[in-house]
Amino acid sequence: MKKLPFQKRTLALIAVLFPLLVLFVYVALRSGPLAPVSVVLATVENKSISPKLFGIGTIEARYTYKIGPTFAGRVKRLDVHVGERVKAGQVLGEMDPVDLDERIRAQDATLKRANAQLNEAQARKDYAQTQALRYEQLLKARSTSEEVVATKQQDLLVAKAGLTAAREELSRVRAEREALEAQRSNLSLVAPVDGLVVSRDADPGTTVVAGQAVVELIDPSTLWVNVRFDQIRARGLAAGLSAQITLRSQAGELQAGRVLRVEPLADAVTEETLAKVVFDQIPDPLPPIGELAEITITLPTLAATPVVPNAAIHHKDSRLGVWQVTNGDLRFTAVSLGIADLEGRVQIREGLKVGDQVVAYSENALNEHSRIHVVDHIPGVTQ
Amino acid sequence: MISLAGRDIMHSWGKFVFTGMGLGLLIGITLSMAGIYRGMVDDAKVLLDNSGADLWVVQKDTLGPYAESSSLYDDIWRGIRGMPGVERAANITYLTMQVGKQDGDVRAMVTGVTPGEPGTPGWPPYLVAGRQITRSHYEAVADIASGFKLGDRIQIRRNHYTIVGLTRRMVSSNGDPMVFIPLKDAQEAQFLKDNDAIREQRRRTAENPAFNRPGVPGLLDAVIASQSTNPYVNAVLVRVEPGHAPEEVAESIRRWKRLTVYTRSQMEEILVGKLIATSARQIFMFLVILSIVSSAIVAFIIYTLTLGKIREIAVLKLIGTKNRTIVGLIMQQSIALGLIGFVVGKISATLLMAPIFPKYVLLQPLDSVMGFIAVVMICVLSSIIAIRAALRVDPAEAIGG
Repeated sequence: MKKLPFQKRTLALIAVLFPLLVLFVYVALRSGPLAPVSVVLATVENKSISPKLFGIGTIEARYTYKIGPTFAGRVKRLDVHVGERVKAGQVLGEMDPVDLDERIRAQDATLKRANAQLNEAQARKDYAQTQALRYEQLLKARSTSEEVVATKQQDLLVAKAGLTAAREELSRVRAEREALEAQRSNLSLVAPVDGLVVSRDADPGTTVVAGQAVVELIDPSTLWVNVRFDQIRARGLAAGLSAQITLRSQAGELQAGRVLRVEPLADAVTEETLAKVVFDQIPDPLPPIGELAEITITLPTLAATPVVPNAAIHHKDSRLGVWQVTNGDLRFTAVSLGIADLEGRVQIREGLKVGDQVVAYSENALNEHSRIHVVDHIPGVTQ
Repeated sequence: MISLAGRDIMHSWGKFVFTGMGLGLLIGITLSMAGIYRGMVDDAKVLLDNSGADLWVVQKDTLGPYAESSSLYDDIWRGIRGMPGVERAANITYLTMQVGKQDGDVRAMVTGVTPGEPGTPGWPPYLVAGRQITRSHYEAVADIASGFKLGDRIQIRRNHYTIVGLTRRMVSSNGDPMVFIPLKDAQEAQFLKDNDAIREQRRRTAENPAFNRPGVPGLLDAVIASQSTNPYVNAVLVRVEPGHAPEEVAESIRRWKRLTVYTRSQMEEILVGKLIATSARQIFMFLVILSIVSSAIVAFIIYTLTLGKIREIAVLKLIGTKNRTIVGLIMQQSIALGLIGFVVGKISATLLMAPIFPKYVLLQPLDSVMGFIAVVMICVLSSIIAIRAALRVDPAEAIGG
């Protein structure tokens, strides 16, 4: 009994120090580089994937009509405002004729004068003809000289030429007047198609040069999305594929559409392929021209092949591959990849077969000597 | 020979163990400090490892994307890709900024990576959940230290991104978590101005008569369009073909492209030697101070313990105990104290301090071994004063006192 207090102390000391020691050994082996790396495995599955392409674009109108005068002038009147719908042939506005009406009136007077000149020439010719006829008869009666007759003949020819000149002058003046009238009627700005006014670039009183737009019309039934796809992922893009359109203003709402055409010219600077996607049904209300849209294009589903998640793909010694786990051993297996889809599944062309176990996620970067510890999900990651 | 130290410890083990634990916490802090320094160096190195590059091509005469701002035209990579010895070249942008979430924001290094397949330089080399980026826009892979979860919607400048993958230990040299987004989005985030600035710029251009001539319709639009492009990146990451020396490829890019190129070792020199040098010195200073404080405290504890049993030592001397035994008593106690302290320190540093510390704490086994040796040395040295005091005790005190 004498030893008991001593033993009690020893026991107490051991009770404190032993757990401390166990904890220490645990800490030394389980932390830092000596600890095994937690990994999550994935099985190579035989799956068919339906690859998708993702691109962004802006809404554009296929046809834009910029309506403006054919020569420089001032806008007199503009009847339409932005947002109004117009019919084909509708007069949208008018240019100021300035001096055109006065010039037409002057031309009218010139026309009358030309008519009068024609009458005058006609009268001269009639008189010259009568004179020439009379002197010819007098010559036959030998009561005048040949020279006088020749003079009268010449007067007739001159009067005839004067008549032709007066006629041509009349048609010239008439044509000029018609030209002025055409110009006058060209001053009204007319809508070529049924459309929507999207921009009014000049107001009455503004002077515009020839070719400058006063009003811009679009055809709202021909909206399309000008989409840009990164060239790296644009494989399989073709006309006719169905597309899903998400407008920036309506995130979460999908509109159906299809690829109208893939542009033969790509953007060489941004390394993007361009395509036009049309709506199956034009949204109502009309989305603003220039709004951002996200396009997802569904490609035909592929035949079933071995598939792994793209998180399993690593790069090592300039080879792409996966960390394959066989009987608890870690091995880097080079693979060649096929097509990928947007959910992160990648086809494996060669290197793996269905049922192989590969590392999908790891707690740290792996190497050949890593000890692994298979878990359901990496500790500390909240799903 | 019986162990006097053991018996003495048994006698008042509670006091002894608790003293050891107190000392342990101090040692724990010292170990953590060393861990913080290692963590800082490691942060710098993982940044380089994670980029997966052998060479960094940056704006001429700058220190590159991590230490200085650098901007290059984004089509330079094509010319570099064609150089002999270059296996892959990829554009990259880095921008440290606040990333918005519904509740508050997180400081993160937003990295724009070239679209492609996993293994492209700049991509996160491994994930802990989710998948890699597959769309060329509006997807992000984030480091778990950012606190983001799969499926979270985050905001970078004007766009929203969905977190599709999580990774771990992807940090900038400051320890900020990285968020990977597609390159084009990142270029927009970094180089495109905000809407107000764009409007102001448009107004300024429109008011400039040189750009807004009455007789030239379309000129203003063309000028404005050319002002709102952003064809820049921060660096081009280059992976060298096997069989080529990185230095040799770097030299040919320097010579023919007239750009500045850093190899892995030069980049490490910039990051470790220049970027974190001051912070590292600061930590080292703390480490030295803590070591001195620790040894002073050990010396003080041992001295007090020895003075507490000065009468017993006098008795021991009186009955003719050798000096060696008395020295052994003190030194063994001192080392035992150190051992308990080290064990407690290591445990507290690993289990308590490292996980909750805001910066990465890397506790290397070699550091622990060196720490252990240092603790034992400090204990041995600190017991010298106590030993001197014990040896100078007059045996007569045992009777006199």
